[in-house]
Amino acid sequence: MKEFLLVFRADYKSMPKTSPEQMQANTQKWMNWIAGIAAQNKLADRGNRLESTGQVIKSDGIISDGPYAEIKESIMGYTLINAESIEEAAALCKNCPILLFGGNVEVREISKL
Amino acid sequence: MTNPNEITPHLFRTEYSKIVAVLCRSFDIKNIEIAEDIASETFLKASEYWAVNGLPDNPAAWLYTVAKNKAKDYFKHLSIIEKNKEEVRATEKEQLTIDFDTKNITDSQLEMIFATCNPVNSRETQICLALQILCGFSVEEIANAFLSKTETIKKRLQRGRETLRTHHFTIDFLREQDIHQRLETVLTTLYLLFNEGYFSRTNTLLIRKDLCLEAIRLTLILTDHQFTNTPKTNALLALMCFQSSRLDARTNDEGEPILFDEQDITLWNKALIEKGNYYLIEACKVDSSSVSKYHLEAGIAYWHTSSAKDKWQHILNLYNQLVIIEYSPVTALNRAFAFSKVYGNEITVIEAEKLNLINNEYYHGLLGYLYAEIQPDQAIYHFEEAIRLTKSKPEKETLQKQVNLLKNPK
Repeated sequence: MKEFLLVFRADYKSMPKTSPEQMQANTQKWMNWIAGIAAQNKLADRGNRLESTGQVIKSDGIISDGPYAEIKESIMGYTLINAESIEEAAALCKNCPILLFGGNVEVREISKL
Repeated sequence: MTNPNEITPHLFRTEYSKIVAVLCRSFDIKNIEIAEDIASETFLKASEYWAVNGLPDNPAAWLYTVAKNKAKDYFKHLSIIEKNKEEVRATEKEQLTIDFDTKNITDSQLEMIFATCNPVNSRETQICLALQILCGFSVEEIANAFLSKTETIKKRLQRGRETLRTHHFTIDFLREQDIHQRLETVLTTLYLLFNEGYFSRTNTLLIRKDLCLEAIRLTLILTDHQFTNTPKTNALLALMCFQSSRLDARTNDEGEPILFDEQDITLWNKALIEKGNYYLIEACKVDSSSVSKYHLEAGIAYWHTSSAKDKWQHILNLYNQLVIIEYSPVTALNRAFAFSKVYGNEITVIEAEKLNLINNEYYHGLLGYLYAEIQPDQAIYHFEEAIRLTKSKPEKETLQKQVNLLKNPK
């Protein structure tokens, strides 16, 4: 078994302003999806969501607010899963709810130190 | 007057383990055999004396007095034999405060629970030791409960006691820190003890009820002590109450399992459901960040007792959380069943087949159930796989009925 990092990206601005009912429905979709992976015993670490604000530290010592305003794809969160291959890991992401909001999932194999 | 022969077995169960615990607290768990001998002799004397003189007004107090005197006699005898050993007498003197007041009994039992549930032993061994030392079960009764040979259980218990001894576990005054370190193991053992009673399909209802009640009794002791009365403990107790409330409805008179949907709700024990509600509320009083698997399982059991329309949605949500924090094939399969109740069988088939538990009888049972109305031939295939895999005869028969029904629809 190999471990893979899933990075969820989407445009914060294009995220629909949703009603509480829709929010709940979205949470339900996420929970069903993650639990579906866990039910196959392939969830390594549920991971977390990320706040929309942050800071970037550059080599010249300048600290700036995160580049979120300019870029279309911000990192929304991450999860760690187990899979035999990158293909299997990618297949597990096929029905990830973020795809419904125009976002994407990047799958990267963890290279253990 | 009550017939002593009738009352003794019940008294034995409840009082034997109390006497052993209190004696062990007074002269160390390494002398547990001495404590057990004294407790046994006490009951022997009781059965002889009561048969002639009738039951005393307070049988428990009578037993405590006899046990106390026997313990004192034992140490007097010991000190005569070992007169020369100054230290034996010294320790013996300070150790001989044997109290059978309520507080000391509870504290002693609590210490005994922690001594018995020691992770140096395997989980099976811990459960066996718990049944013997904490619940006063005989070797035969334990063998019966586990469907094992008495010889096997006897060996397991001997090995378990030996490890307890060689690991020098002394029950000192319980410190909060020690309790927190060990509590997880204790809760797991009590959880498994309860499950042994609740899920065993192969035993008589009487044995299973006994195991469940003993697990509840021991967990209640934990809720009586401030250090062990944690949200998790309360959640576990709530789970046990909810599950036990359905014990009578789960099997028919022949001992065959009755599916949840077909259970007679009037057989559910309302008082236990209310107790479950009480402990579940207690379990959620402290901060909500400490949601344990016991909370989730108690929540699931709670919704099972409800007749709310959206109950399966709640059950699914709880199973989602449960499978995320702790995977097990059973949880994955139960989650899939809840999924089908919310989203229908057709979508669930896709979800369930991903589990790929091809050597698990319940996996095939579930797929058989899900396919029954969509693709009967697939359903038959899976039911037959389940029949092939299951070792339980009543289970095989129930599954065969399903196959016959699918092959010859009315």
